[in-house]
Amino acid sequence: MHGHCFGRLSSSLLPVSAYRAWAYSPPKPQAATRPAWRNAGLPERNPVLPFGNGRSYGDSCLNSTGTVIDSRSLDHVLEFDRKTGRIRGESGLLLASLHNITLAAGWFVPVTPGTSYVTLGGALANDVHGKNHHRDGCFGNHVLAFELCRSDGSRVICSPTSNEHLFAATIGGLGLTGFVTWVEFQLLPVESSLMDVNTRVFYGLDEFMALSAESHDSHQYSVAWLDCVASGKNFGRGIFIQANHSQQSAAGLSASGSGGGLPVPMDFPGWALNRVSVRAFNELYFHKHRLMSLGDSTQPFQRYFYPLDSLQHWNRIYGSGGFYQYQFVVPLTNTEALTEVLKRIVRSGQGSFLAVLKLFGSCQSPGLMSFPEEGPCLALDFPNKGKKTLDLLDDLDSVVTEANGCVYPAKDNRMSAAAFQQYFPQMNEFAQHIDPGFSSDFWRRVSD
Amino acid sequence: MTEQESKTATTQASDSIVIFGATSAVGKEVARLHAQRGEHLILLARNESALATVRDDLLARGAKSAHVLAADLADVSAHAGLHDGILSIDAKPARYYVFYGVLPDQKACEESADAALFSLHTNFNSVVSLLTPITLQMEQQGSGELVTISSVAGDRGRQSNYTYGAAKGGLSLWMQGVRNRLSDAGCTVLNVKPGFIDTPMTADIEKGGPLWAQPADVAQDIVKAADKGKSEIYTPWFWRAIMLIIKSIPEVIFKKLKL
Repeated sequence: MHGHCFGRLSSSLLPVSAYRAWAYSPPKPQAATRPAWRNAGLPERNPVLPFGNGRSYGDSCLNSTGTVIDSRSLDHVLEFDRKTGRIRGESGLLLASLHNITLAAGWFVPVTPGTSYVTLGGALANDVHGKNHHRDGCFGNHVLAFELCRSDGSRVICSPTSNEHLFAATIGGLGLTGFVTWVEFQLLPVESSLMDVNTRVFYGLDEFMALSAESHDSHQYSVAWLDCVASGKNFGRGIFIQANHSQQSAAGLSASGSGGGLPVPMDFPGWALNRVSVRAFNELYFHKHRLMSLGDSTQPFQRYFYPLDSLQHWNRIYGSGGFYQYQFVVPLTNTEALTEVLKRIVRSGQGSFLAVLKLFGSCQSPGLMSFPEEGPCLALDFPNKGKKTLDLLDDLDSVVTEANGCVYPAKDNRMSAAAFQQYFPQMNEFAQHIDPGFSSDFWRRVSD
Repeated sequence: MTEQESKTATTQASDSIVIFGATSAVGKEVARLHAQRGEHLILLARNESALATVRDDLLARGAKSAHVLAADLADVSAHAGLHDGILSIDAKPARYYVFYGVLPDQKACEESADAALFSLHTNFNSVVSLLTPITLQMEQQGSGELVTISSVAGDRGRQSNYTYGAAKGGLSLWMQGVRNRLSDAGCTVLNVKPGFIDTPMTADIEKGGPLWAQPADVAQDIVKAADKGKSEIYTPWFWRAIMLIIKSIPEVIFKKLKL
């Protein structure tokens, strides 16, 4: 109603596409529709792909030869039972908004990724995991049902007991099995919006594995930050952060203060991140934690779960060239592959700003294409230096495939079809459930 | 025409917030802010199933009650009945918001008087019809708050959308008069002028950048201004400066611009 106040002028004034992947690679034109209500049909122009809040790092959320269905207006809560903690919400609902609604009644999202700015549809399509994977598995482990809108006009309710093949294919199915209109899932009861956090230092991956094992029963959440620039005696050092929801109910339940934060106002120039600045950052980060935050503390849940959400558009610090994120897991039996990956990164000098390390547990997700498996998982950011970076990542793929590991599609913008097919040998079974009217840039790239 | 439904069997509502156009992108977000405060809501819009979705959402978000009245708000013959319907739910609502409207195709309005009159009717005449009994009631009871949504497009006529702009500019003037008339009665009369808003209605426009506001942010501005009893706001705030410049360009130059 108030959109076209400057008519066509607006399109020329504002050339930036709203539909980009989070890793900020150069945008392509992207056709889009934005339904206001969930009973709207699918767009005519095939193929289509759901688009949530654009937090997928690579092209799994893009569909440049077709249309994306922007789900952000489908953000209604359909049902919330404050007694049992069951909630049914539309697929465009953000986790950040959900906490505003449920936390006051003592309920928390059962699994959350490192940002609260993801939609329920995105959480389902990527079967997201969090710092409690060792205890609670993936988001898909807590899903009770969802509705899938297919290109043949049908609307299918999927649950563990009805349409169970589509249920399994859609969890972690990258939006390719149809458009999810709503998701019903079970929330987690909490006493407080605060977290009891314990922070420790470790030197080397063996120490990390030992800390993780020790933490398994005592803490619901654990994650580590790893310095992947340091070599020599500091190789593999990091900060281990474990936490539980606080039991102090007197502290109260409030989700306030979660939104907003400072925006990164512009793209940083490409030279801002280099070997020296990344090394300095890692050095600073390590010692800041070592000196200031070791031991026990109590933190608002936002600070523990979403440290980067307070810096809107932090992806812009990598400049207009964007960056690559590489997240992989290797089986428990092949953890030496992790050391090998780290060595190759240190040797390449293409250090990573933020490296996040987490030991996944044995809890199986119902998702057919779900990424997590039991073993250590490492996520790394690399500024895009063109071929040099791509070569390094291909090199890392050779280590991870050799170790029978897996790379996370939600973060990927470059893996080869061959690598994908090795990571996901179940892809042929999955392909049978793909809606023929759906596709993505990612899928066209890896299914060739 | 008018269909009444109430989900909660609570006692008679009081101090209700009445929202005309409750299923619009901004109307929905304003309603959510009031739901979070645990207030009584009376919601009006044309699309019945959308209205039911919004009602359920608001109840889940903490609204004390949410009554819905489905009606085509541009149909002035139904306005008397709507007014009675609202007062039967709450005899003295605290605040009225008007968010409904249409965005006409300017080209079509240039070629067809019917198209132009239809949008003028919906965006201006029908609002006057709807608000006449409401302003009368506010005047008589000596209280109440009224909030309408106009547009920066109403500040100066431009070739790209002056039919829309004329209705919105008319609404701004009408509200100015109402404010003047009701100021002694102690009523709040707020007119809101938003710029670009990122909504389903504008999904086909390439966008991004600071000029595009999110409906939730616009809603925050509106509720805050209404709470403070303000008279007129631009949202986001910088549109006041932009429109000051646009309005100050001499007509001799302005008429040659492709705006």
